Amino acid sequence: MAKFEEVGIRPVAISVDTPELSRNLAEQAGYSFTFLSDPKADVIRRYDLLHASAGTNGQDIARPAEFLVDSSGTVRWVNLTENYWVRARPDQILEVAKTLR
Amino acid sequence: MNARRFNWPIWAGFLLSLIAFLSYFFVFVWFPVTRDFPWANLLLFAIAAGLLLVGVRRAFSTGQSSREDSPPKVGDRPRPRRSKIAATVLTTLSVAIFGFFIFSIFIMARRLPASHSAPRISQRAPDFTLSDMNGRPVSLLELLTSPVNGKAPRGVLLVFYRGYW
Repeated sequence: MAKFEEVGIRPVAISVDTPELSRNLAEQAGYSFTFLSDPKADVIRRYDLLHASAGTNGQDIARPAEFLVDSSGTVRWVNLTENYWVRARPDQILEVAKTLR
Repeated sequence: MNARRFNWPIWAGFLLSLIAFLSYFFVFVWFPVTRDFPWANLLLFAIAAGLLLVGVRRAFSTGQSSREDSPPKVGDRPRPRRSKIAATVLTTLSVAIFGFFIFSIFIMARRLPASHSAPRISQRAPDFTLSDMNGRPVSLLELLTSPVNGKAPRGVLLVFYRGYW
């Protein structure tokens, strides 16, 4: 993740987790990037990423997705995985990140 | 002799099926090469299937083939009924584990919403304001403008994840 910051990209993680839960996760794993909390899934809905009742207790959660947004706010790269075990690899994203100005 | 009567391939096959299932979630999921396609687990399942096949043949063999060319031994007697039951039960369980693995990796994990209206390349990312882990509200605009490593950021990588609830 530090590699992203080296090329001027800010990684931001978004989920329905509460700020407390994210803080615990970040502390345990030693993550220093931004975690944002969307407990009511408002933003997740706005991005059409809602996976309804997919949580262990039937909560609405986000499906995995990654967006690279340039400094003007335009989406430059998207990954909407079709299998939640398969995620974008950091090196793929870094390649695209280097083309941004 | 007890060691000869013990049908180890059945038990090894069953244990290996369990390992093949669990190792994906605890080991192989951490490496992209073995995560994106679970070939390592499928290989373990294949070896387990081989062991189970050997075990089933041992459990259900009458022992006659070896009696022809060697003097009868205790271990060559037809196996008792409980050995056949154990072989059947363990093989069935292993097949169920394999089925559940295929279901969770290839079917369950693909039940994702279509997300047709998700922002696409060259579209604007919808702005938002959310709380960070200290409860402070942060907007996308702020993320795009406040410095990274002392410089204006080139961009922001938004990573939506399922979360841990």
